[in-house]
Amino acid sequence: MARKAPISSKRKETPESFCANQEVRVSEGFVWSRKDLLGLDELSPEEIVHILDTAESFREVSMRSIKKVPVMRGKVVALMFFEDSTRTRMSFELAAKRLSADPLIFTAKGSSVSKGESTLDTVKNIEAMGVDVFVIRHSQAGASHMVSKKTAASVVNAGDGSHEHPTQGLLDIFTMRQKLGRIAGLKVAIVGDIAHSRVARSNILGLKKLGAEVIVVGPPTLVPGAIKSMGCDICHNLDDVLGEVDVINMLRIQFERFGGGLFPSLREYYHLYGLDSDRLKKCKNNVLVMHPGPINRGVEITSSVADGPNSCILQQVTNGLAIRMAVLFLVTSGQNA
Amino acid sequence: MTKSEISQAIDSLCSKVAAELPEDVPVAIIGIRTRGEILARRILERLNNELPGREINFGILDITFYRDDLSRRTGVPLVKSTEIEFDIDDVWVLLVDDVLHTGRSIRAALDELHDFGRPGIVRLAVLVDRGGREMPICADYTGVKFTDIPDNERIQVRLQEKDGQEGAYIVKKKRDS
Repeated sequence: MARKAPISSKRKETPESFCANQEVRVSEGFVWSRKDLLGLDELSPEEIVHILDTAESFREVSMRSIKKVPVMRGKVVALMFFEDSTRTRMSFELAAKRLSADPLIFTAKGSSVSKGESTLDTVKNIEAMGVDVFVIRHSQAGASHMVSKKTAASVVNAGDGSHEHPTQGLLDIFTMRQKLGRIAGLKVAIVGDIAHSRVARSNILGLKKLGAEVIVVGPPTLVPGAIKSMGCDICHNLDDVLGEVDVINMLRIQFERFGGGLFPSLREYYHLYGLDSDRLKKCKNNVLVMHPGPINRGVEITSSVADGPNSCILQQVTNGLAIRMAVLFLVTSGQNA
Repeated sequence: MTKSEISQAIDSLCSKVAAELPEDVPVAIIGIRTRGEILARRILERLNNELPGREINFGILDITFYRDDLSRRTGVPLVKSTEIEFDIDDVWVLLVDDVLHTGRSIRAALDELHDFGRPGIVRLAVLVDRGGREMPICADYTGVKFTDIPDNERIQVRLQEKDGQEGAYIVKKKRDS
């Protein structure tokens, strides 16, 4: 599928010259040296694979009888959640604990944010208690980038507005690689609310860097045309792509980011873009069904598919723990570099 | 050390281990990545030849998460998995590494081993003991022993399986390692 996508100068790492079907490998002697993980945009293909490979080792730790290693003993990981979360927050918390770090949990609800304290002041005050890593979830795109410029601690982006959610992108790619054995050459459909989805953006960036093909699918109001510049194809009819893809990643409609009005009704949305067992029958037998959660059952996916044999939704959650352990470990070790 | 000297060292090490291998308890050989793993595989192969029918478990330790110098190092190379897929409780364990120097790696390996259970007896086999201990640790089986290696030099072991050549050399230390 040759396409001439305009590539912004910011994204010159995107491997346009990339030879399809060639799996990215980390060269011997490669050393991780970043203190932050703000997005997949800034990572090289090699750095992404290095995180995935490191996560493999942490997966093993979670299968031991004592599921804990002393590698981050004495370090403090502050989980700064200015926006709601279940999976990501608990996953980062457990990851920190399995690495023997001390998690410090901040949620905006019930904090001094309601008294008017700014994001930066909140972070600086918590930093004054002695923090090694900030994990930041925020409704504003760029929040973790801003914080990273103002702190000596490591910063991990746990989702910033509609921008990026790098650890979700990484765990999705990790799960694909685990289940299908490769990334290069895979055809991945990302379906739903692309416009407001940081998960979509991180997935597209990572998958393209590792040589996969990405098709974004959804109603025109939820799929910005400019997404083409990230190197993916756009399709507005889900049934057209079902037969050709290896992975279907179903996204939730992010009502909290636009409040409605972008499509006539949920019923119509389900009819056109919901993944049900009839649509699943049109897919390849071993198609991988993914969803970053939280699921709205009966809107973007039916229970029979979400809980069926092609689904790896819970596997994604399990893998998320290994990815987050790897990321916390790498950014703290990269601090000295 | 030349190829044949390494081979001789492993031979003598194996015969000592074979003579002392306990009869009635489960036995395992565990190598420390990367070159300890290779040596452990070679020892396992010899013991399997010398003692046919004797069941010997095999495992690999990656001690990165247990090191005490992580915060002093710059950057992280790839961490590989630890592979211990048998019950380690009450097992007679032969821990294998290439070079014994400060003893800190072995300290880390012992800590990691204990996160898998409670081994019965742990013995240590190394190809080269170069002195310079900083921890109260000594090897039970040693291929070769050197006593007069200055602190700013280190022993570099090269093994066919990983390096495509075989030998042990004294090299000037790089600042980081």
